[in-house]
Amino acid sequence: MSQRTPTAAPPRAPWSYTRFQQRFAPYLFVSPFFLLFAVFGLFPLLFSLFLAFHLWSPLDGVGNWKFVGFENFQLALGPTDMFWKSLKNTVWIGLLSGIPQHLVALPLAFIIHHSLRRFQGAFSTILFLPYITNAVAIAIVFATLYSERLGILNYLGGLVGLDPVRWLGDPNMVPYSVAAVVFWRYVGWNTVLYLSGLQAISEDVYEAATVDGANGWQKFWYITLPLLRPMMFYAFTLTIVGSMQLFEEPFMLLNDGGGSGGAGLTSAMHIFNTAFRDLDMGYASAMSWLLFLAIFALSMLNNYLFSRDGGRR
Amino acid sequence: MTTTPVQHAAPRARTRRARLPWQRVPIWALMLLACVLSVVPFYLMFVWASHPSAEVFTFPPHLWFGDAFARNWQGLMQVTDGQAPRQFWNSLYIALISTLTTLFFCSLAGYAFAMYDFGGKGALFAFILGTMLIPPLVMDIPSFLVMNNVLHWVGQPRALWVPGMANAFGIFLMRQYISSALPRELIEAARMDGATEFGIYRQVVLPLIRPILATLGVVTFVGAWNNFKGALIMKLSEPDTMTLPLSLRRLGGGATNVNVDWGAIMMLVVITVIPLLIVFLLASRQVISGLTSGAVKD
Repeated sequence: MSQRTPTAAPPRAPWSYTRFQQRFAPYLFVSPFFLLFAVFGLFPLLFSLFLAFHLWSPLDGVGNWKFVGFENFQLALGPTDMFWKSLKNTVWIGLLSGIPQHLVALPLAFIIHHSLRRFQGAFSTILFLPYITNAVAIAIVFATLYSERLGILNYLGGLVGLDPVRWLGDPNMVPYSVAAVVFWRYVGWNTVLYLSGLQAISEDVYEAATVDGANGWQKFWYITLPLLRPMMFYAFTLTIVGSMQLFEEPFMLLNDGGGSGGAGLTSAMHIFNTAFRDLDMGYASAMSWLLFLAIFALSMLNNYLFSRDGGRR
Repeated sequence: MTTTPVQHAAPRARTRRARLPWQRVPIWALMLLACVLSVVPFYLMFVWASHPSAEVFTFPPHLWFGDAFARNWQGLMQVTDGQAPRQFWNSLYIALISTLTTLFFCSLAGYAFAMYDFGGKGALFAFILGTMLIPPLVMDIPSFLVMNNVLHWVGQPRALWVPGMANAFGIFLMRQYISSALPRELIEAARMDGATEFGIYRQVVLPLIRPILATLGVVTFVGAWNNFKGALIMKLSEPDTMTLPLSLRRLGGGATNVNVDWGAIMMLVVITVIPLLIVFLLASRQVISGLTSGAVKD
């Protein structure tokens, strides 16, 4: 670069440290990410793809893998393995926790934004609290609440004459019990997301609509919802990606087997067990790629639903 | 001249919004319920940590504080073989070092993407954003193998904090903030004054981006403090490396066995949660606004 300098900085030396470091500083500044990604991202990713087609345990030692083609994938998608069941559990728990999250968060954000302006900060702080907490610690608290004979939930149920519920013992109840914890943890986060989306909508739009004679419901339907779409898309995406990888809550509430009948065994737990308990790394890698495809497909579906509706308008 | 319309508008808006108090009762009741439900589990963990172990599960349940705090602390020391403070320190060490390194590397990269023009910038940034699409779960197995078979870091705290030092989310957040909050002229002026490029970052940029550093700092601290799966996979399970979430799992894992010292476990739950509460409440406004502002731009 020494030839390029003379035009700009007149009497300097042809090669100057100042120029040199100006040119290379940005590359140096962004390089840590790429170095770390090469070691802890790219190489592992390729290795995982490689392993998905092999039979291998870390105990066999590096190099002693056996090529099995698509057998790992066939096994995962076949009827004998838990993977399908775990995927169904994951999606079911995801729907049970995800849909109510958004159905509650949107109106809550709407109320806070329109009716409780002065206390917005206080409300969002309190509702945000569950989001930052420790999943393991909170799962222990919920396990205590769920205790069959001595838990608070069955105590409250007893006060109004309900029979005790086996919250974590009944396979039919397990998805609801797990979903409730997930719901509790993320509903405030979604409320805060929607609240900030609402705050970004200009008052002028509403005033123009008022002048045109729109009522409250019309304003919500024709202004708020459409303008909130980007935030809804973002929030939905986070919910999908997060629920498909659900691990800590069911792992803590139900042990690694997912409780009786495996009703709370999520795919992330099943992959974890296969990889780190059974040490079947190739098979676990194949399942993690299948789960990745499932997440990708659901995200694409989400994307499609949003963009198609948007085009119609 | 701008004051007149504002003065007119304000009272009108107020009269429109001022309703009879009883009409607002349902709204307040709803909000109160939402807030109570958010806070109740936190309240209960403190209540339980203050009761003797045998009384954590009683019928009807305790809803008010007891006097067994000190006793449960002793119980906790007993069931952890005196390791609870050490576990707290291990968690704190990982969380703090994660936070400091993440703030440094992400702000440096974010600054470069916001304020420099360099060849390949667009492609490099797009690549970084693209890596956010990979679900963390896919990385668990191969990164364990790298740590286990290549680097031999399994069982060491650095297995938890090194890989995340420069992460896509942090770089994105920093770039968004720096490009909207810092004028390029400022950088130019510092350069004219003869500052080196790193000197500009350290002396000009860093002091001016404190708000977003606070946001990313809290998020990173909380994430590292709560990292359970990572610690589980990287086997931070020896006495001198065990973190609080792993200790919680060891003591309180798997539903409700009444024969363990529940008072002690609740003590550990409280100890795990308190630093999170402190860190978040100190910076909650900042964190919430920082996080959500990065959410939909672009």
